[in-house]
Amino acid sequence: MTEPTSPGHDPIALHRALDRLWAGKPGWGRLAAVNHNVVGVRFMLTALVFFAIGGILAMLIRTQLASANSVFMDAETYGQVFTMHGTIMMFLFAIPFFEGMAIYLLPKLLGTRDLAFPRLGAYGYWCYLFGGMILIGALIGGVAPSGGWFMYTPLSSSVYSPGINSDVWLLGITFVEISALSAAVEIIVTIVKIRAAGMSLDRMPIFAWYMLVVATMMLVGFPPLILGSILLEVERAFDLPFFDPTRGGDPLLWQHLFWLFGHPEVYIIFLPAAGAISTVLPVLSGTPLAGYRVIVAAIVSMAFLSFGLWVHHMYTVGIPHVALSFFSAASALVAVPTAVQIFAWLATMAHGRPRFSIPMLHIFGFFFVFVIGGLTGVMLAMVPFDWQAHDTHFVVAHLHYVLVGGFIFPMLAMAYYWLPHLTGKQPVQHLSNAAFWMIFVGFNVTFFFMHLTGLLGMPRRVFEYPTEFGWETLNFISSMGSFIMAMGFALVALDFILLFKFGRPFRRNPWKAGTLEWAMPTPPPSYNFASIPRVNKRADLLDPDTLGPYLAAGRGYLGMPRNDRMEVLGVDPVTGEPDQVVMLPRQTYLPLWTAIATGAFFLVMLFKLYWATPLALISIIACFWLWTRRDPLPVENDLVPIGHGLSVPVHLHASTPPSYLAMVLTLVADATLYISLLFGCLFLWVSAPNWPPAGFVVDVKLLALAVGGVIMSCVGGRIAARCKGALTMGSALALLGHLISTGLFLAIALLVIPAPSGHAAIASVFVIFIYAALHGTIGAVFAAHALWTSLGNRKAILSIDLRIGRLWHDYTAAAGISAAAFYLALQSLIGEGGL
Amino acid sequence: MLWGSVVLFSLVVGLFAATLFRPRFGRGLSQSGWIVWGGLVLPLPVLTALTFYAFSQGEFLLSGGSAKTEDVLEVRAVGSMWQWQFSYPSLPGSRTATDLLHIPAGRTIEIIAESEDVIHSFWVPRLGGKIDAVPGHANRLRIRADQPGRYGGVCSEYCGTGHAGMRFEVRAHTADDFEKAIIGELAR
Repeated sequence: MTEPTSPGHDPIALHRALDRLWAGKPGWGRLAAVNHNVVGVRFMLTALVFFAIGGILAMLIRTQLASANSVFMDAETYGQVFTMHGTIMMFLFAIPFFEGMAIYLLPKLLGTRDLAFPRLGAYGYWCYLFGGMILIGALIGGVAPSGGWFMYTPLSSSVYSPGINSDVWLLGITFVEISALSAAVEIIVTIVKIRAAGMSLDRMPIFAWYMLVVATMMLVGFPPLILGSILLEVERAFDLPFFDPTRGGDPLLWQHLFWLFGHPEVYIIFLPAAGAISTVLPVLSGTPLAGYRVIVAAIVSMAFLSFGLWVHHMYTVGIPHVALSFFSAASALVAVPTAVQIFAWLATMAHGRPRFSIPMLHIFGFFFVFVIGGLTGVMLAMVPFDWQAHDTHFVVAHLHYVLVGGFIFPMLAMAYYWLPHLTGKQPVQHLSNAAFWMIFVGFNVTFFFMHLTGLLGMPRRVFEYPTEFGWETLNFISSMGSFIMAMGFALVALDFILLFKFGRPFRRNPWKAGTLEWAMPTPPPSYNFASIPRVNKRADLLDPDTLGPYLAAGRGYLGMPRNDRMEVLGVDPVTGEPDQVVMLPRQTYLPLWTAIATGAFFLVMLFKLYWATPLALISIIACFWLWTRRDPLPVENDLVPIGHGLSVPVHLHASTPPSYLAMVLTLVADATLYISLLFGCLFLWVSAPNWPPAGFVVDVKLLALAVGGVIMSCVGGRIAARCKGALTMGSALALLGHLISTGLFLAIALLVIPAPSGHAAIASVFVIFIYAALHGTIGAVFAAHALWTSLGNRKAILSIDLRIGRLWHDYTAAAGISAAAFYLALQSLIGEGGL
Repeated sequence: MLWGSVVLFSLVVGLFAATLFRPRFGRGLSQSGWIVWGGLVLPLPVLTALTFYAFSQGEFLLSGGSAKTEDVLEVRAVGSMWQWQFSYPSLPGSRTATDLLHIPAGRTIEIIAESEDVIHSFWVPRLGGKIDAVPGHANRLRIRADQPGRYGGVCSEYCGTGHAGMRFEVRAHTADDFEKAIIGELAR
């Protein structure tokens, strides 16, 4: 290990040395980029392309509805257009856009050089791009999904949508959601572990708190949707009747799973925007944010509440009124943490000296529009009002007020605030004002009048309406407003292009902000900070003007590259004291290849070439296996110096390296999916008609043997991780256990139980056992990897690999035991006459 | 609810404008004062009152303005792509009608909504709330027309390409006319 030698604090030499390591390659090498600057900008630009496509679809809708009995589109085309408008805006624009923003901004705000898992970020991007391309391809080919963006069954089932349309949605969106889950894991681990030295939890910039909450919500919010999509796809592909009421399924199961995701989703979209406001507004007001701790409490409580509201999308499906009133009260209550944030912002403004600027103008747009959306939201939370307004244009108006107010306007504010950072240029503000007012006026004209259209009884999703209902004038006004708004967005696009072309360069920190992202050159270098700062106070009260040159001269931590490694600091999650040096991977094509293999799996499913799925799965696993290969450099056991007299271990030898945390978080998401599956199947027993099914029996001895197998692998994994001497024995034990349990679960699912297409109960047991078998298979790969290494080069094995393996073995054991328990519980319920 | 919303909206936007254009506005109140008054004291009573009021209104609507069950006339409404079939299980000899629902004025009607294929939703905007017709379930909704007349009805859950055209009509009759109408003897 070479001591980091001082280059005489020469910023230029340091920049050259770091840039050689961190910068991307030219030409085709761009496909190998993993740097967060590149990936973040790619996410945002791709999302903007999808935003334009979604916007064009919205214009088609407004053209169709501008007059009664319009002949512009037929019902089928209109169905595809409104379904794709909602789907694109939600899944391909809003979520990826703020993911890109977080990926770009977080390392800078946290005072570090990159995210914890650069390759995972790149993989997520490719999944997002390819999944989005499947959907757009279907739109161009005229086979886009057409059942509405929430895809209610049975309309989306194979009986009523026999074409490929629904499969495109289910598979395409699930493919895209891989990027949401990988971003969630990456963002959480980065915020918890990869920060500047001394940045304790209560010194983090408020945006990091927002993103920590958002990413946690994504981690547990997306699995129910992914589960629902998997169940609906296996119903469509293999006739497993989860949603078919004639065979013990229930369409309401889909609605519960969808909205269990769908409602938190609204807050997942709103909170990053609110985080941007909490960051930008204090700077524009020239004063620190009021109520930092109260805001953290408010957003955490909002996150909890948001998971208890989903039924307010389902007031009219026949749920008893008393049950509805609980969800109604919870929905009203969520207005409180929102009000806390709004008044904290007003307090910040009142105690500062707000400057009027383009970002401030958009924040005004946010206040105006979002408050109206919030108030109509409280109205809709009231059950009797919702019975009247549900599924009318009133709801359409409300959701656009919330999403455009709560996302688009803050994002425009944020864009005008941070574009100078991204481009290194300040805007020439000629169009910005006009663009804002066109969007603002156009939006309100479109959607304010739509409230009235809804109250006059116009249901959503109708492609034509008769003249005599009196809806035509209001619809015409809405359409005119929407065209004004579209021109406003075109002006914003033009404004941004002018900024790129003709913007004036600036020295540093144009807004006089106190956050770390301005303590670097703009546009930012690939490594962000030439050395990593120490933070002694809240990280939005710093002085970038003096900090910037200090860090550029390499006077912070890790101020000199050594051994050609890309290093960042890992810190204690609470105190922020450095406890490891994390070595990040270099640029690689692996994320691209892995995403292509993943895409092959989804295409094989889409075109029903099921025989090829094992090939696709094996190539995905093989690609991920290649990720685990490390640089052939010797990895030191000793402490390495990081500057300022401190020495810490390399992350592979630290007590909690980022990869360990990532595995814990992955299992949290996995467990959420599994628990949703178990409760979903129990829900069918309570709610669905045609229960109980005819009895079926699995030999308890087989089950006991399978449970024995998972316990054996769990014990084996623990032995291997605990004592190095018994590594081979422990790994072999784990492998054997997994093979036994996987074989038995598969045999029971495929051979013992009756055909799962017969009844939803059998299908439930089938899917749960397949889930256990799948986890056993992956566990076997882990155990085989450990066994292989222990037989070969025993020195190369690291305790971190074994500990990650042990987590998986433990989880697989828990999953296997609960799978067996689920079967026994179901049997006893059926035995007792099934209620 | 409308006027309450107008007041709250004006308050928030007014405060925003005031803090922006009147530099000294709001300094008198501490930052925590702003958050406590605006974030807690303001919304909590409003929301509590509104929630309880909404619950009592909901209970009233559910009863359909009638406490006694024997006064209630049951109507079976079966949705399919893309029409409604209405029948009267408690009235022998009555005819099943398509997209036309005869009801007696001044009497509470309980709609039992079912579906033969996908999810539909029964809604007569001028007569009350809506209820989804979910396959495998029989959901109930009470409506009431105080005056004889014609009322338009729509399907309010997207149910495929025929959704926009899945309209029906409710005709509220006097008691005598209703008797004739359901056996098909009333002149159209």
